[in-house]
Amino acid sequence: MLILSCPYCGVACDETELQPGGEAHLTRFGPDASDADFEGYLFRRKNPRGVHFERWRHAYGCGKWFHAARHTVTLEVFGTYPAQVTEPPPDILDAIAAKVPGWEPSS
Amino acid sequence: MSDPVTALDGQSITGQITIADAGPTGMVTLRANFASATVMTGLVDVGLVVPDANQIASGDGTTTLWMSPDEVMILCDYDDAEAQAQSLGDALASAHALAINVSDARCVFRLTGQGGAIRDVLAKLSPADLRPSALPVGMVRRTRLAQVPVAFWFSSDTDATLICFRSVGGYVFDLLSKVSEPGSAVGYFG
Ligand SMILES: [Zn+2]
Repeated sequence: MLILSCPYCGVACDETELQPGGEAHLTRFGPDASDADFEGYLFRRKNPRGVHFERWRHAYGCGKWFHAARHTVTLEVFGTYPAQVTEPPPDILDAIAAKVPGWEPSS
Repeated sequence: MSDPVTALDGQSITGQITIADAGPTGMVTLRANFASATVMTGLVDVGLVVPDANQIASGDGTTTLWMSPDEVMILCDYDDAEAQAQSLGDALASAHALAINVSDARCVFRLTGQGGAIRDVLAKLSPADLRPSALPVGMVRRTRLAQVPVAFWFSSDTDATLICFRSVGGYVFDLLSKVSEPGSAVGYFG
């Protein structure tokens, strides 16, 4: 069971109160992009054994989208943060570095 | 005008706790940017206090529930709801805001019971942390009750209110009645 704290309302949400939104921090490729970039944006997703950044929506609560950084094997949650960013904030990266030595953000 | 009829139509049942139709209740949803000075000035004019996150504020015959960073729900007398929505709408006319009477779109339950019985009954159906330390009197929790969204709060240790959408009122009444049956007590909250 996964418990994520919503950064907007502070509620410790059970996984079943949330709507999963898949991989976070995707770069959107629009009408003028190449076919390969557009295909990647639409379909290609990371599926790591390890650190993963995800989007979740507090569907049964405040209704807001937020981000979560967690470990897909241990299910450890490194932190949650608001949706209005394009990359993980420094405190989240620090939390990951402290728990997962040698981890590097992949491009 | 015709008389208001709630989804539960006055039903109540007593098991471990008493689950009762709270009757016609005025409910006004207000969505606005509470960080905006225009909005807050307008709300001061109508005397509405926006509660802190997850909290409840009591006013003059009204109760205001924090629903999300940009949403509150005002509970009032059923007959006052339309005027409440209108006065909020007028006060916030120059802001990007919406106030609407949702009284007939929701269903309100009154839950009464001794000891921790209400918390025990709700905990059978909801993943919310129901410990008094996590959900004290005066705090509102929006969550899930089996398959539907609800919000509930405690007015005292023996008195709670639950709201859900009108269309699932019967489902919620059946659920609560079932898990409150005598002989099915958990006794976790005492
Ligand atoms: Zn939330």
